[in-house]
Amino acid sequence: MTDVAIAGTGMHPFGRFEGTTVTEMGVTAVRAALADAGDPDFQAAFCATVYSGVAAGHKVLGALGRTGMPIVNVEAGCASGGAALMLAAGAIRAGQYDTVLVFGIEKMPKGIIRSSFFEPWREQAGLAATPAYFALRAQRLMRESGVTKQQLAEVVVKNRTNGLDNPTAMIRKPTTVDEVLASRVVCEPLHLHMLCSPNEGAAAVVLRRSDLAPGAPRIVAAALRSHLPGSVLGEATPLSGVPDDDITPPSTLAARDAYEEAGVTPTDLDLVECQDTDAAREVLAYEELELCAPGDAGRLVADGTTQRDGPLPVNVSGGLLSKGEPLGASALGQVVELADQLRGRAGARQLDGARVGLAHTVGRGANAAVVIVTR
Amino acid sequence: MRAPPVRDGLFAEDDSGNPYLIGGRCDECGRLQFPMASTCPACGAATVEEVRLSDRGTLWGWTAVTAPPPGYLGTVPFGFGVVELTDGLRVITRLEEPDPSRLRFGIPMRLTLVELEGEGTDSPVTTYSFAVDDA
Repeated sequence: MTDVAIAGTGMHPFGRFEGTTVTEMGVTAVRAALADAGDPDFQAAFCATVYSGVAAGHKVLGALGRTGMPIVNVEAGCASGGAALMLAAGAIRAGQYDTVLVFGIEKMPKGIIRSSFFEPWREQAGLAATPAYFALRAQRLMRESGVTKQQLAEVVVKNRTNGLDNPTAMIRKPTTVDEVLASRVVCEPLHLHMLCSPNEGAAAVVLRRSDLAPGAPRIVAAALRSHLPGSVLGEATPLSGVPDDDITPPSTLAARDAYEEAGVTPTDLDLVECQDTDAAREVLAYEELELCAPGDAGRLVADGTTQRDGPLPVNVSGGLLSKGEPLGASALGQVVELADQLRGRAGARQLDGARVGLAHTVGRGANAAVVIVTR
Repeated sequence: MRAPPVRDGLFAEDDSGNPYLIGGRCDECGRLQFPMASTCPACGAATVEEVRLSDRGTLWGWTAVTAPPPGYLGTVPFGFGVVELTDGLRVITRLEEPDPSRLRFGIPMRLTLVELEGEGTDSPVTTYSFAVDDA
């Protein structure tokens, strides 16, 4: 089967950019990625976005005079970039194209994200309170895995410390456990500083048949799964559910597919970028991605396993807690981080000898994406 | 006179004035659902029968919402959680107790109907909620 290489990457920083359009941010990221890849022709483009409206990807490539090829806009919630990457990598493997541009763009509304996912009555009744669903999931994790609020705060401190060294992150300011726990309670047990900020940004990667990009990092798995029915607290966000101890969550489905596709196990991983929409979501991902046994996630925080200098660094980029979350761009931002780490150009946050990295996103739909990159 | 329901078909009251949630039971696989829809979310069958769900259950998850979510017609803070009905169905619901520290896993809960003031619209609505069952 044809191998798929990441021939080039580009970013528009994540943050708030008054006066800059989502199209302009996309242009910046796409230009940088194409230049990094040596400006190859590409035969298709996939654009991940949730809030950018009709033909958002076409506007970006139209601004660059690079149209004529198929341009497909992809929406899969927080996993949109992972979905776009899956489609692009699959097309190259199938021999349909030899070079594909994948980019993600977003300019999120401010405040709690209003989502067309919720019917008007559900908003009126107060049941469209997104952070409350996060909080219920966090509470369950604390109850069933013995994770503590202190540990949730430690995850925030870890990611914010990592983010200090990431010039494309939005929040580059250190914090402390005390400061996190002193921030206001949004939905118990989640305090304000345990939640990432929706924001703006863009990320792009150029994928090529690996023989056209010798030495470049390779995508060895790009898996996307949706939820199985039944879990009341799953990202599908239903209004009712059934006892779910035997229902495998979508992140685990995607991770198992990806490990099998890549022929790697969690012990082979050198770094992980995972969905830290809130601090508990990161810790839950440790279990769902099978980085540890069920119920053991708190230990990975307590013993420093996932610190930057630990045996399995998680969110070395600073994670969404530092970068913010521009939905369509966030998954590709993770992949850019993996590629930078594997190419030895991650600057001050460079890990020594990183060879295998995993990127994970999960969100409403439900959609979960897992991408594995090696060099 | 109670304000109109936030949506028809979510709940009703019996002849004695006891409220209940209107659920659905799949004729094919037996799975319960709330709210009732025309198809079963577990097996896809289109033969779903309306059932009266239990108005009692136990608290399975809880938090409080401290800032008004988009489109919300009531006041904050308000309780928010999951009640596991005696039928076995877990339901996302408003909770009458807005202080999470006063709630415990597994305590008995009972359905109630509450009016939301209709902030910004002058049109109050009635919705379902669960309160701690002291009986």
